[in-house]
Amino acid sequence: MTTSISQPLVLGIETSCDETGIGIVRGEELLVDAVASSVDEHARFGGVVPEVASRAHLEEMIPTLERAARDSGVALTDLDGIAVTSGPGLAGSLMVGVAAAKALALALGLPLYGVNHLASHVAVDIVEHGPLPEPTVAMLVSGGHSSLLLVPDVTHDIRSLGSTIDDAAGEAFDKVARVLGLGFPGGPHIDRAAQDGQITIDFPRGLSTRRDLERHRFDFSFSGLKTAVARWVESRRVAGADVPVADVAASFQEAVTDVLTRKAIDACREYDVAALQIGGGVAANSRLRAMAQERCDAAGIALRVPRRALCTDNGAMVASLGAQMMLKGRPASDLSLPADSSMPVTDVQSGLPVTVDHDHAH
Amino acid sequence: MSTPITLAIDTATRAITVAVARGDEIVAQGQVLDARRHTEELAPLLADCLDRAGVGVAEVTQVVVGTGPGPFTGLRVGLVTAQTFAYARGIPVYGVPSLDAIAQGHVRLDAPAAGSEFLVATDARRKEVYHARYRVADDGRSAVALDEPGVSKPADLPAEVRALPAAGYGPVLYPDLFGTAVLPLDVDAADLAMVGLARIAVGAQMPTTPLYLRRPDAVEPSAAKSTLAAGGRAR
Repeated sequence: MTTSISQPLVLGIETSCDETGIGIVRGEELLVDAVASSVDEHARFGGVVPEVASRAHLEEMIPTLERAARDSGVALTDLDGIAVTSGPGLAGSLMVGVAAAKALALALGLPLYGVNHLASHVAVDIVEHGPLPEPTVAMLVSGGHSSLLLVPDVTHDIRSLGSTIDDAAGEAFDKVARVLGLGFPGGPHIDRAAQDGQITIDFPRGLSTRRDLERHRFDFSFSGLKTAVARWVESRRVAGADVPVADVAASFQEAVTDVLTRKAIDACREYDVAALQIGGGVAANSRLRAMAQERCDAAGIALRVPRRALCTDNGAMVASLGAQMMLKGRPASDLSLPADSSMPVTDVQSGLPVTVDHDHAH
Repeated sequence: MSTPITLAIDTATRAITVAVARGDEIVAQGQVLDARRHTEELAPLLADCLDRAGVGVAEVTQVVVGTGPGPFTGLRVGLVTAQTFAYARGIPVYGVPSLDAIAQGHVRLDAPAAGSEFLVATDARRKEVYHARYRVADDGRSAVALDEPGVSKPADLPAEVRALPAAGYGPVLYPDLFGTAVLPLDVDAADLAMVGLARIAVGAQMPTTPLYLRRPDAVEPSAAKSTLAAGGRAR
């Protein structure tokens, strides 16, 4: 089924991790972004517990759908299409969203688009800042992902330039926050603590030596940094000295954002791309936003970062990608589309009758 | 009032199963035996059953769904599908414990004597079974649950319970621990629909809350390991 409508009204469902997100867009206009998060239930475990997240998705699905419909004033029968995160993410969580999306598509007789979570993080910026320059370099940094992507067309052509070889950037924030006795998730806590700190410690920048750059020019590594912070803090404690939490937070945050922005701008230069988009939960970090702006300004690159609520996981991003697919006349997915926990970023859509040509520049 | 059209869905056992009933007559039924492909198989099966029944989605007047107990991931696929379909169509959704549907299936298939007792035991994984005892009703056409569904190791069930004729896949997995294995092995949504219709008719409470019977596996983190000893993990 191929549908082309000038301003498609699309509902998107996102359940890849601990946020139940329902968003509705009309073309490039965001109508509603309803999110229910189970993050508080995970906090005492120091990370997302998959079964807890899956149970919460089931409980929150109908209430979140109801809220999205009520707050937007959209009747489900007026929708033109349904989009859903097919992967990557937590398998049990993805399945709840995918099954719900299929039920909506079937019950309402609408085309269904199973889409890639990472591609959605790129597409969300369209409802914020208008059409995406083609190509765009996108950097996605969250608790589960750290990827540099070349995006000629967000609806069907995304190429991976690099990604983390160990921890995701957001994971490093969580682990460092725990070492410093701050809360979960670590990102907002470190950001807040760092506001009062000075950059006094020179923590390592992963995969940035000349030798590393030969093989991992656009890859990231945050495991060594996390360990370096933990050792620094523990050494101070063993020596009976106070740990300057704000300074450690600021110095750690500086190391992460330095390496992220440097590699992102290097990718823009290498591929001669004049636009950088940053998304994912870590894109909510104030230091990352500021440093990326400074460095993009200096390099003559247009920076696009959505508002914080659209950086973290949400349904609007899925709806936005679905709307783009409808606008570009992409084929709908089959009703048998899977929940694919390890869906490669180069697969923008799932459940297609023929496989898309995968172009790894990596 | 015109004849109700019921869509019945269950994903608590190995069978992904769907039935469509017009009044109390089953007009289409289908199943896929693949406990790992609920997400892929259920929606196309639903579409296929409605198609074969000659029923448009707008004609469905109510949804009945199996609430388990059953392996969590698959169970949720059926529940969220039923709830969302019903929400989108603006129709009610009713829950029926899945073991009750297996009990109904046993009565339909084997016609056990009125007043006799039997067990339903299904695979709960982790070397456990979900179980409940039933008694055949006086009219010989339905089964009455004698206890709430439970989960335990088969060997931990009392000997007199294990000696009962047992429906469900449990006795197939643990033949040495149960008495006579009887049919069915899995839920048939046609049976689920029949149990559901009978309860709707008498205005029973029919919540769609999943019967997990187990808490999520999760452990609170212990104190962080030292990063100073042995040099940590070098990169």
